Amino acid sequence: MVRQIIISLFIMAVISGPAVPASAADITLLNVSYDPTRELYQDFNAAFAKYWQSKKGAKVTINQSHGGSGKQARAVIDGLEADVVTLALAYDIDAIQKSNLIAENWHKRLPHNSSPYTSTIVFLVRKGNPKGIMDWNDLIRPGISVITPNPKTSGGARWNYLAAWGYILKQKGGDERQATEFITRLYKNVPVLDSGARGSTITFMERGIGDVLLAWENEALLAIKETGKGNFKIVAPSISILAEPPVAVVDKIVDKRGTRAVAQAYLDYLYTTEGQEIAARNYYRPRMESMAKKYAKQFPKLKLFTIDEVFGGWQKAQKTHFSDGGIFDRIYQPGK
Amino acid sequence: MSITRTSAVPNSTGEPAVVRWLLTGIALTFIFLFLIIPVAAVFAEAFARGFAGYVKALKDPLAVSAIKLTLLTAGIAVPLNMLFGVAAAWAIAKFEFPGKNILVSLIDLPFAVSPVIAGLIFVLLYGTYGLLGPWLVKHDIKIIFAVPGIAIATIFVTFPFVARELIPLMQLQANDEEEAATTLGARGWQTFFRITLPNIKWGILYGVILCNARAMGEFGAVSVVSGHIRGQTNTMPLHIEILYNEYNFTAAFAVASLLLMLSLITITLKSLLERRIHQGRYSR
Repeated sequence: MVRQIIISLFIMAVISGPAVPASAADITLLNVSYDPTRELYQDFNAAFAKYWQSKKGAKVTINQSHGGSGKQARAVIDGLEADVVTLALAYDIDAIQKSNLIAENWHKRLPHNSSPYTSTIVFLVRKGNPKGIMDWNDLIRPGISVITPNPKTSGGARWNYLAAWGYILKQKGGDERQATEFITRLYKNVPVLDSGARGSTITFMERGIGDVLLAWENEALLAIKETGKGNFKIVAPSISILAEPPVAVVDKIVDKRGTRAVAQAYLDYLYTTEGQEIAARNYYRPRMESMAKKYAKQFPKLKLFTIDEVFGGWQKAQKTHFSDGGIFDRIYQPGK
Repeated sequence: MSITRTSAVPNSTGEPAVVRWLLTGIALTFIFLFLIIPVAAVFAEAFARGFAGYVKALKDPLAVSAIKLTLLTAGIAVPLNMLFGVAAAWAIAKFEFPGKNILVSLIDLPFAVSPVIAGLIFVLLYGTYGLLGPWLVKHDIKIIFAVPGIAIATIFVTFPFVARELIPLMQLQANDEEEAATTLGARGWQTFFRITLPNIKWGILYGVILCNARAMGEFGAVSVVSGHIRGQTNTMPLHIEILYNEYNFTAAFAVASLLLMLSLITITLKSLLERRIHQGRYSR
């Protein structure tokens, strides 16, 4: 009896076989990305595989891994063998660079600071906007419940936070002191911090918690498409931040695996007409003028400021706001 | 009414009928609210787009690879833990040796440690900057963020099941039969295969079933070491989470229902076995 069980278990293991069927001749790439890009890269990978097949006559399979941007960077540093990383913000790629997997000049290797598409932060409110939320200053009203993920783990959450901070600095006479006070009151209205952008979207839409979700523009547009129009509405604030999610080839891995050429071509393809159109169709703002014009209608119009302009770059913003003992640690007390 | 009944059939607790009915009612309500409705809801959601949608979700290549990986992981972890469990239980129940108490406590460690920490232990050990990391990188051996890491994490988490099940059983059976066999001239292995093993086979099976259920369902530890590469390092529980996060509720619950069915089969087997074990014990 026992022997039979052992045998059947071994047979089961043998039949189920290796979970990786790819033959040695095929090229595979691993793209380690952040949370909301799942649909984008699903489309893009199919298009690139077709392009590569027609150009080089070789089959390429792109594997995807998604998760919170900071967490994903951590996994790559710990040994997840990504050929390319496409993360939510430059700071996370900088972290990988610091472990010597990526060359120091990575953000200059591709056009537009190595960000082939951009996005911004908008509000998602419930049907008919019952709380009348129109702009950032509505978020700190008493009784408004705001959903945003944890800036410690989520790239999107950091963009949310910086957008709110920048809103105050861009007001007439707005200074750091006012911004600190504003952000303190804002996070007093946050009942729960999810670890990633997608988690927050689910909290807001599926669990029905909160009056307003601070979301990636692409995430908000996709969520409305997925759940049917009418239940939710996008509100564009008067001003927001230009989010530039960057991409990079992981030098050490592609050199080891011999995939540099295809990995480079993969990222370059993001900048082509076809790549830009796929980005736009998945609600990312394309960099290419012609595509931006073609898809202008689907994006709300709002004033955008960059992180370099208001915060002096990611390194500085990270250190001031999100590092241990930074402003976020001082202003946020869970459960209060 | 209740008094006459109590006097006719003396019940052991002596509680009034109201209390008994109330307790039973509360228990049944809880079972209904927290067990039956959720399980039914999973199946309802899984079939929300009809049977065709259900089958399509399970035939998706990513779902198939997740199912295969889960079976492979269980296929590696369960036999190894069975071998270990029998060896450990045999040593602990039949022999005296220094450090026995420490071994008994250590076997329980995976039960006490949070699965997330269990996963992180292996990142610390096998990650690029881990203890063995540089050596592994040099020899191009991938442990974490690959199938071996998932198997190792699962083995760790399911480590105690078989041993825990066998130790009390073997202690209960004492050494008489083995001693008799030895006196009659049986050698060590003969004693083990002819006497010890037949005595504990149902216990092994019981432990294996529990071990298998946990191996297939493990989320936390596997999530940490998986790397979440679709079609490669996603097990069924991880795949379910991904589908759910992609607004793909039907597919998420279809895969979930499959996992749930495995659990239902497991508990059915388990209760059948329990009956068998009890009969075995009393008939002896």
